[in-house]
Amino acid sequence: MWRVGLVFGAVASFVSLAGLVEALHGRWVVDGVLSTGQVLLLAIPMASGWTAARRSSGSLAARVGAGLVAGATVGLCVGLLVWLRSQVDLRGMFVNASPALFQLLSGGRPPQAAWPAAVAAGGVMGLVGAAGACAPARVTRPLLVGASAALSLALFQELVLLVLQPESLAPVRDWLFVAGGGPTAQGMAAVLTLSAALAALRHASRGRAGRLALPPRAQRMAWSVVGVLLLAALPVAGGPFLAQVLVIVGLYTLMGLGLNLEVGLAGLLDLGFVAFFAIGAYTVGLLTSVGEHGIAHWSFWAAVPVAVLVSLIAGVILGIPVLGIRGDYLAIATLGFGEIVRLLVLSDALRPWLGGSQGVLAIPKPVLAGFEFSGPQHLYYLTVVASAVVAYVAWRLQDSRLGRAWMAIREDEDVAEALGINLVSVKLLAYGLGAAFAGVGGAIFAVMVGSVFPHSFQLLISIQVLALIIVGGMGSIPGVMVGSAVLIGLPELLREFGEFRFLVYGAVLVAMMLLRPEGLLPAAAQRRELRAVEEEPVELARAAVGAATEGGG
Amino acid sequence: MALLELVDLHVYYGNIHALKGVSLHVEAGEIVALLGANGAGKSTTLKTVSGLLRPRSGSVRLEGEDLTRTPPHRIVERGVVQVPEGRRVFGQLTVLENLEMGAFTRTDPQGVREDLERVFSLFPRLKERAGQVAGTLSGGEQQMLAIGRALMARPRALLMDEPSMGLAPLLVEQIFDAIQEINRQGTTILLVEQNAYMALQVAHRGYVLQTGEVVLSGPAEQLRENPEVKRAYLGG
Repeated sequence: MWRVGLVFGAVASFVSLAGLVEALHGRWVVDGVLSTGQVLLLAIPMASGWTAARRSSGSLAARVGAGLVAGATVGLCVGLLVWLRSQVDLRGMFVNASPALFQLLSGGRPPQAAWPAAVAAGGVMGLVGAAGACAPARVTRPLLVGASAALSLALFQELVLLVLQPESLAPVRDWLFVAGGGPTAQGMAAVLTLSAALAALRHASRGRAGRLALPPRAQRMAWSVVGVLLLAALPVAGGPFLAQVLVIVGLYTLMGLGLNLEVGLAGLLDLGFVAFFAIGAYTVGLLTSVGEHGIAHWSFWAAVPVAVLVSLIAGVILGIPVLGIRGDYLAIATLGFGEIVRLLVLSDALRPWLGGSQGVLAIPKPVLAGFEFSGPQHLYYLTVVASAVVAYVAWRLQDSRLGRAWMAIREDEDVAEALGINLVSVKLLAYGLGAAFAGVGGAIFAVMVGSVFPHSFQLLISIQVLALIIVGGMGSIPGVMVGSAVLIGLPELLREFGEFRFLVYGAVLVAMMLLRPEGLLPAAAQRRELRAVEEEPVELARAAVGAATEGGG
Repeated sequence: MALLELVDLHVYYGNIHALKGVSLHVEAGEIVALLGANGAGKSTTLKTVSGLLRPRSGSVRLEGEDLTRTPPHRIVERGVVQVPEGRRVFGQLTVLENLEMGAFTRTDPQGVREDLERVFSLFPRLKERAGQVAGTLSGGEQQMLAIGRALMARPRALLMDEPSMGLAPLLVEQIFDAIQEINRQGTTILLVEQNAYMALQVAHRGYVLQTGEVVLSGPAEQLRENPEVKRAYLGG
């Protein structure tokens, strides 16, 4: 248990020295009382206590004791850090080891007096965590939901303030927020209790027959209507900034859906996927630009189908040489392809046509029946419609014959071939269609930025698209959307902490692979592989078999 | 005319001469066993028939028509289907989904339903486990699934690669019973086996391969009595 504490203590020291705690300290949870930085610091011993209590298998007292020790160990680590800093100059090594940070860590006490307080605070939080691990879900779940809601409000307070900008909403705003500052205590308490109460209600009603009078189909309809209304209202309520973030999420969703065909369904690892995004963007750029590199001055709508087609052909062209290679080798080959495309558009040799590092400029915004999609709020709708169309196509593909063939080659290429699947055409279709989806994203990206440059198409984008598929759940379409909202949307919204983006990113990826390797919203096959077999699919299949044999007899 | 005919096949893995002029034929309705030690070229022969390997010279003929240049998926469509060595079911898919994958080349849903029923009556265990993930089946059940999956393509000629490998004796019996039943229902079978005893029990005829060449052939009962075969493969 003290080992658990040491691990979490190391985490606490690390996020402190990396500067994350101090950066978050600037954002109030309750104005003047509690900051998100402090919440992070307190959450670490709590998580430590929770983990230790979860791991120890003894009496209740033993588990609570384990939590206490684990939490106190975290406190001790922080106390040691404070003491260490009084002895040596940490700032020489850690730029972020600022006086303000240690003011926060020691609670203003002198270094010698800091550690008992830190141990005590850690122990208390460890106890809280252990209590959470021992208490039944109907107690902890609502509390967890309440705390997450409150914390989300604190983290995204600027966004909420943006939504509450109109004068008509001023009373709400003033009740929730201190003028020019963080949330008020009453507002936070209200959010916490309200969401906790809702979660408790939901938990209580779960499993009760007919918890809602509506049949499942109608319920689904109702949820879809709510979802569509929400999607339509978001940019209007959230303003251009939110719309911009959502457009980017949408573009990554488009790419994710494309890569999902290749990696998620067909099992063809592709690390150069950004190439197709670039090809879509450049095609639209060249065809529509009114600047020096424009070749056709077409409208956006005429250029998009061409961009999709060109991307598709590029996908097939990539596919042909790599048909015979698998696994790691395929990853390296596609990685090379991504770089080739980026270097080609960057090259001086092609500068007269593609603009080299200057890129293609002056790409006009799309105009539809006299309406110009100028700002992000307009482009948002374009992105949503495009994503919806592509998601629909992907969904239909998934359950098609082709989708089945992809799944078969993902599982075992040799057997798939022995069962009569034409590997060549099936693989090329995966590359081509995946690339076409990314091409749609690239087309929108071109008009969003109004210009395309080679350095917009870094390797990092390919990696992010792959990461969002993995986090969302391989082979799952809703997973792609959730993945891109979590991995792309959240960091964009929290730009303020931009320098810690990849710290959190990496931590999230590692944690995901340890805790939920199948992704947030996994596809059925992945869930089956990585989790114990559940009863439900068996029943479904029984029904299917029954139907099949009845039909045959 | 023979259903399947292999004429003077030469197959290479790089520089290694794996098949040195193998010729054999399988008549419609037969079970033909292909025997031999490890590395004799049994699996290579099957892979060449199903198009997964290309011969350097010689030909594979299905009812007199040359298959040597036909891609594997077309060969499946023509009714020559392989049960791969080591079972290799799709571990993440359910039993039912595996069987459906076997019918990938089919375009007659009605016939597929009939064949599904046929597979389930041949292997009732598979029906019981239809919703179960194939990776969680026992070895014997996986072998049944692999055979069932191949049957879903409604093959005229079924190529089986070591169906008894790694199975308990009781299960081996069951599998060979199923092989005979499949054959009685009208499917021609070319069977590669290390378990020569069992193979010669069910087969009509047999060929013995040795380092890429056919060294012996004849009716199964004759091979069973052959002193060479007895010594080398039957342990007596």
